[in-house]
Amino acid sequence: MWRFALNRLLQAIPVLLIVISATFMLVHSAPGGPFSAEKSVPPEVIAALEAQYNLDQPLWQQYISYLGDVVQGDFGPSFKYSGRTVNELIAAGIPATAELAFYAMMVALIIGVSAGVAAAMRPNTMQDYVPMSAAMLGICMPSFLLGPLLVLIFGIYLEWLPVSGWGDMPGDKIMPSITLGTGYAAYIARLSRGGMLEVLSQDYIRTARAKGLSERVIIFKHAMRGGLIPVVAFLGPAFAGLLGGSFVVETIFQIPGLGRFYVQAAFNRDYTMILGMTIFFATLIILFNLLSDMLAIWLDPKLRHQARGNN
Amino acid sequence: MALLEVNGLSIYFHSRNGVVKAVDDVSFTVDAGETLAIVGESGSGKSVTCYSLLDLLPKPPAKIEAGTALFDGIDLLSCDAAQMRRFRSNDIAMIFQDPMTSLNPFISIGEQLIEPLIYNEDKSARLSRSDARLRAIELLDEVGIIDSEQRFDCFPHEFSGGMRQRVMIAMALINEPRLLICDEPTTALDVTIQAQILALIKTLQQKRDVAVIFISHDLGVVAGIADKIIVMCEGTVREANDAEGIFYRTEDDYTKKLLAAIPEGAKVMPNRAQVDNPLIKVQNLKTYFRDYSTTPAGHIKAVDGVSLEIQRGEILGLVGESGSGKSTLGRSILQLAPITAGSIHFDSIELNKLSPAKLVPWRRKMQMIFQDPYASLNPRMTVYQTLAEPLLYHSLANAKNIDQQVQQLMDDVGLARINMRKYPHEFSGGQRQRIAIGRAIATKPELIIADEPVSALDVTIQAQILDLILNLVEKHNLTMMFISHDLSVVRYISDRVVVMNKGVIIETGDTEALWADPQQQYTRDLLAAIPLADPKSERLRRLSR
Repeated sequence: MWRFALNRLLQAIPVLLIVISATFMLVHSAPGGPFSAEKSVPPEVIAALEAQYNLDQPLWQQYISYLGDVVQGDFGPSFKYSGRTVNELIAAGIPATAELAFYAMMVALIIGVSAGVAAAMRPNTMQDYVPMSAAMLGICMPSFLLGPLLVLIFGIYLEWLPVSGWGDMPGDKIMPSITLGTGYAAYIARLSRGGMLEVLSQDYIRTARAKGLSERVIIFKHAMRGGLIPVVAFLGPAFAGLLGGSFVVETIFQIPGLGRFYVQAAFNRDYTMILGMTIFFATLIILFNLLSDMLAIWLDPKLRHQARGNN
Repeated sequence: MALLEVNGLSIYFHSRNGVVKAVDDVSFTVDAGETLAIVGESGSGKSVTCYSLLDLLPKPPAKIEAGTALFDGIDLLSCDAAQMRRFRSNDIAMIFQDPMTSLNPFISIGEQLIEPLIYNEDKSARLSRSDARLRAIELLDEVGIIDSEQRFDCFPHEFSGGMRQRVMIAMALINEPRLLICDEPTTALDVTIQAQILALIKTLQQKRDVAVIFISHDLGVVAGIADKIIVMCEGTVREANDAEGIFYRTEDDYTKKLLAAIPEGAKVMPNRAQVDNPLIKVQNLKTYFRDYSTTPAGHIKAVDGVSLEIQRGEILGLVGESGSGKSTLGRSILQLAPITAGSIHFDSIELNKLSPAKLVPWRRKMQMIFQDPYASLNPRMTVYQTLAEPLLYHSLANAKNIDQQVQQLMDDVGLARINMRKYPHEFSGGQRQRIAIGRAIATKPELIIADEPVSALDVTIQAQILDLILNLVEKHNLTMMFISHDLSVVRYISDRVVVMNKGVIIETGDTEALWADPQQQYTRDLLAAIPLADPKSERLRRLSR
């Protein structure tokens, strides 16, 4: 298992290198620069600023020195937020974003798995059609529509929940988590329905029935282990997606998270910020994919056995 | 009163295409300690009958239309779910056909074994985990699992097919049921394992006085264990009698047909093998597979130094148990599995030295027929496409004569021409194997390797396919290697036999000579495991053990 993990981490190095190089080329080839603001600034000032951030050097030299910094874990200073480094800014934004992603994931798992399993237990009945239609709706509904809708109903008409903020008022984390989690809940519901249906048609479920086991034991003990493996495999990409995709929700609910920095950095041509965030997210995606793959292997006794033999 | 009394049972399947009468007015009784065999081909309703007793049929589409099944005076067909779970927990147990898929791969053997004890529907009868474990280990010993205590925590994939079936039997017996239903429990197993499992069921039954219902498509298998036999066909009971009555005094045409289909005796066709004119020459062939999980060395020696010749016109039988390397040998000869060492000559050409591109014309000359006609045909290709593809690929036909050539092939393998545009799922197992055979002979090959071509088929269909193969071999002047674990089939079709075990050849000889006087103990054991389709000699054989 550890050998498998080490292998995958080594494979991640060239992937990250390609991500860094491609992003570097892209941001530098985009028109404009970090200091071409609307206000006219004297050319001498711009030249001094560019010299300060090494932007006057040839591109390949900038690239080499940037790579050297990144290897040491240093994403450099931000161009727009003067006096603060990219590392600091990411560290400031990560707690809110990570917390939001975690709650959204809980929402997605609890709603998604229960809806999917319930649907699979009575396929092609109302117990299947209702949650699955809701899931279809959840997939189709973008968060920039669902978020304001929830705000309108629960924040303004019913006045049950605060309409924005993060950790300022009790209950202000509920709506953002639901807004972000719904799409994933819908996807997980479909995955778990498919996985459970597949497993419930297996011979060993018939064996379990013939043994006189109750439906509860059959579903929770015999069917879920195999039936939810597709969900486990989806967790990694989903978690990375939640972290990176929280921008819309963070904007709607005024949450001081990473997503807002990312988009502002792109508008501002904040080269180091864009690069730093991209590398950070790419690393997270690789790590979470690895984790969910390892979890899927560990859940399957046969794969676990082989992975152990590989060491 | 009988333990189980089934009266006028009718089960229909309601589907969009209409109603299928899967079981139609079936009645029988089983007494305590008695073995009833239900014999019939696929689709005869034998399994449906038994599944309905434990409410294991998918409803819909299945619907019980009429009848009662009284177990101890209580009707199994109309009792509520909790009562049914009580019956399943304590009174009626079932063993299924395929031990590879009947155990949950995610749960350890031991945990699955103790479940009937720790989740018993009667709360008062539940055991603690540690007591259940002791009982389970005791039972594993009884069904012949060695090191049962260590193996208790193993997962199903760490067990062979025969061992899994033993675990299934232990699981079925753990609550000491009074009725045991066995649905083709040995069909997926090797002959030697089959003999062991049959003996095990018989012993356990006598020791515990359990009633057994034994479902099989093969009358030969049940001869030794059945007290009573009912023969089913298309949902109805054709004949019901005691075992000797069925085997020795039957008047029913269908029963006679089933009995006649059991492969028995020597080959009737003449031996067409040429002398000292080998088509295939295999020298010191080794095929190893990399595998880290089982051996520290990281190799499975599937074929480990095999040398043999196949003469032109010969049908060479290759027998061995699962894992003996017989299929790998066949695939290695056809260059379908990369070989580790040795050489394979086709005529004078060394096949293993040819590049894939150079091999193409030789591929035309050697073809394969696979075991599972359900899996080996492309479900998205019609029969026409399946048969036309090799003809066009090897330029044996052109746009003008392709239709006529495909029709000729369909005639050869006995398929009606109107079926040409149908897809594989529209055919029965036997018909599919005919399509697979048609595909194999399409390129007019010189060599055909048939890997268990009849193992997935009912006995009656098996007999038809064997005769078809024999006729085609003669008509097209073929050389054949026939791989099978079923010795009766091999005897019926082969001129010469090679016995393999653990990757090496144990014994080789002309078929009848080998049967009359096997030189090796392994061969003798194999031959002794063949079930005899004769209740009296089976009984004698059992007594002499």
